[in-house]
Amino acid sequence: MLAIEILGLEKTYSVGFWRKRPKHALRPLRLAVEEGEIFGFLGPNGAGKTTTLKLLMGLVFPTSGSARILGKEWTDPAVKAQIGFLPEQPYFYDYLTARELLEYYGQLSGMSEKERGPKVEAMLGRVGLHDVGGVQLRKFSKGMLQRVGIAQAILHDPKVVFLDEPMSGLDPMGRREVRDLIEQLKREGKTVFFSTHILSDAEALCDRVAIIHLGELRGVGAVAELTSSIHGKVEIVWQGTHVPESLKNLGECHVTGDTVRAVIAEENQEVAVEALRREKLRLVSLVPVRASLEDYFVQKLKQVDKMQGVIA
Amino acid sequence: MTASQRTTIVASLLLVGCMLASVVLLRRVDQMRTMATLDEVLYITSPKTLKRLSLGYEGLMADIYWTRAVQYFGRKHHQHSKHYDLLATLLEISTQLDPQLLVAYQFGATFLAPQPPNGAGMPEKAIQLIEYGIRNNPNDWHLYYELGFIYYTDKKDYAGALEAFERGSRVPDAHPFMKLLAAQMAQHAGELQTARMLWLTTYQTTQDKQIRANAIAHLRALQVDEDVTNLQRAVTQYGEKTGHLPPSFSAMVAAGVVSRIPVDPDGHAYKLMPDGRIEVRMPDDFPFIEKGLPPGYTPPQPKLPPSD
Amino acid sequence: MSGRIVHIASNTFREAVRDRVLYNLIAFALLLSGAAILVGEISIDIEKLVVINLGLTAVSLFGIVIAIFIGIGLVSKEIERRTLYTVLSRPVRRWEFIVGKFFGLAGTLLVNTFFMAIGVFAALLYVAHRFHMPDAWILVALYFIVLQFLIICALALLFSSFSSPLLSAVFAFSLFVIGSFAEDLRGFAGMAHGLSRWLATGAAYLVPNFSALNVISSVAHERPVAGPLILYNTAYALTYAAVALCGAVLIFEHRDLK
Repeated sequence: MLAIEILGLEKTYSVGFWRKRPKHALRPLRLAVEEGEIFGFLGPNGAGKTTTLKLLMGLVFPTSGSARILGKEWTDPAVKAQIGFLPEQPYFYDYLTARELLEYYGQLSGMSEKERGPKVEAMLGRVGLHDVGGVQLRKFSKGMLQRVGIAQAILHDPKVVFLDEPMSGLDPMGRREVRDLIEQLKREGKTVFFSTHILSDAEALCDRVAIIHLGELRGVGAVAELTSSIHGKVEIVWQGTHVPESLKNLGECHVTGDTVRAVIAEENQEVAVEALRREKLRLVSLVPVRASLEDYFVQKLKQVDKMQGVIA
Repeated sequence: MTASQRTTIVASLLLVGCMLASVVLLRRVDQMRTMATLDEVLYITSPKTLKRLSLGYEGLMADIYWTRAVQYFGRKHHQHSKHYDLLATLLEISTQLDPQLLVAYQFGATFLAPQPPNGAGMPEKAIQLIEYGIRNNPNDWHLYYELGFIYYTDKKDYAGALEAFERGSRVPDAHPFMKLLAAQMAQHAGELQTARMLWLTTYQTTQDKQIRANAIAHLRALQVDEDVTNLQRAVTQYGEKTGHLPPSFSAMVAAGVVSRIPVDPDGHAYKLMPDGRIEVRMPDDFPFIEKGLPPGYTPPQPKLPPSD
Repeated sequence: MSGRIVHIASNTFREAVRDRVLYNLIAFALLLSGAAILVGEISIDIEKLVVINLGLTAVSLFGIVIAIFIGIGLVSKEIERRTLYTVLSRPVRRWEFIVGKFFGLAGTLLVNTFFMAIGVFAALLYVAHRFHMPDAWILVALYFIVLQFLIICALALLFSSFSSPLLSAVFAFSLFVIGSFAEDLRGFAGMAHGLSRWLATGAAYLVPNFSALNVISSVAHERPVAGPLILYNTAYALTYAAVALCGAVLIFEHRDLK
């Protein structure tokens, strides 16, 4: 069974006070997430990530399209008991303690009183807030709040967890902790759908990612699949300090001691080797550089911008 | 049907149902509290206190009190009440909150002075009210007119009326009528012609519906009084000419004492009684007439018992 | 279902209390005791009258201000802090949220009014030295004030379900002022003609009728309140609050939470 199935969800807002113009926050989106997957939803700020998550949570209503979560219609109230959600940069109720907040969310999730007590304590321990469980949230740091947010999202043992930018605004330690938590969730067999604009997080965590830009899906697949699909680069090293003229334009060349190192596009490989041979320079190594998700990302976005440039 | 649609339908039905119910309940509450807005007047009679309570919005407060005065009079009048205890207070409060509220003075002159059930029967209070208005608006001839009107109609004080009209005629931009009225008072006060002129002026110089209706009723009554007086004189002439009472109006026309058979403002013919008196056919339709009434006539009984 | 409404209501109440809303009671107590002492100095005859009038008016105004200022933020604050998102991603229906918030706010005001009422009676005891029977009508006046609060709470929620907090406050407060002159408004409407009469009458029946719920001066003069009036006022306040609440639910149910 698919955990999440997005069937052409689309959202158009009308903006402007006097003359209403349509603004496409999300073009019709089709996406499927397997059960047990960690799925990354990538895109720059304003790409439509949050809109997608709000649509799935029933916070905004789609212009058209629908979705299924755990095989049920996404508006079905029964679905809500099996999902958890962490919004972007949550603040929560200032005057509640972490323990009271989790209690409250437990109540709203329909957990019984017996079940709630131990669950709340366990959850506080799991996110490392056991010692400050009785402190009001207004005294919490951003990182602590984020941990409370994750705790509330997984408190009721949901099957699918939606996290909107769970790592944003956290220090490296905090990001590490959140990563570990997400990996734990996967080990527990939960499906995690999270949005981010930090690519290294996605690269480290995700089974699969989808890339969205300007409200439109640009690519979807496993990280390795995506990165191998783009033209990579090669690192070429030779002996000496001389750089042939024809190589200077192909990429930046660094002279270190008595070797020169240059990173050039894969398709220029032949030209470079030929130039070295002509100048009788000794080739030391020629290795492909693995493309990162960032390369893929930049390339995809450039394509779009170029296309738009042509249209404009 | 989705859960959301169900919520929408239930909430819509509940909304409409409760809205209708609230209007019905509100009407019941209103019925229970007919004079409720006047409660305050019983507690706070001092315009000074009210001025302070209105927090600088005296104009609005004056309008509210003015509305209350009109409603109070309207309701009492409808009940044919003989007591209008609060009318003077309400008008006093309205005009003290807003001394430029001319319509309140006009209303006061028209309904505070006449005897019940047509008014509160308080000509002294009315004169006080108008004099207060004149002090605050010395250049408005309307107020002098109202003052003279009260002296003339309700107090039968022709000297007072003369003085009021004269004072008014000296105001810049006064209506030319004022001089004329002053002259009439000086020459032969108490004539139908003067009264007609007064009521006509009232009618022409106000926009207030109630005041206008009142002026029309008076003008109609004056017409009837004049007709009856003329006809009565013709009957006497006929008697002098022929030595007996006229059998019919047509006989009077034949004898040349009247030119045609007269009708009242509603188009009904007058009645010629066997004893030679002239009577109006529907006395109930002319509340202010003094002539042409059947002997022992009493005005129609109130439809509702007076509440006080 | 009902359980979730109770949880939302009690959380709303708890937040309001921790947000030091009840601190207004201190200002109220100061005002009332100051007035009681001062009035005793000035005149003997009307001290009781002044204490009742001032006390009940203060109860009403303090409560209205609290109702409006908490009420307008109930929904918008939860959107701003994104707590509403986490609440609605649970098995909580939108209408349950609105109804829960309403009861939470109403509960806050009820507790607040309870303490203020104690203050009024204490001040009364101070100036009159003992209670007597007509003082019981003060309880009716207080009950009517609570009914006013219910209407204002529902209206504040209605406005906050679609407009900004500042605008909601303006709307709610203007309706309170207009509603306090509701009977005069219907008088005005009755004096209009034609189409404007219809419109004015419609509007006059649409605004909440706070004037019938204000029996402060009559109670201060020890005049009894008619039994049927208590009954009809109760029914009216409840149906009117229900209308506003249904409106809030209808708007909120279909609103995009951007």
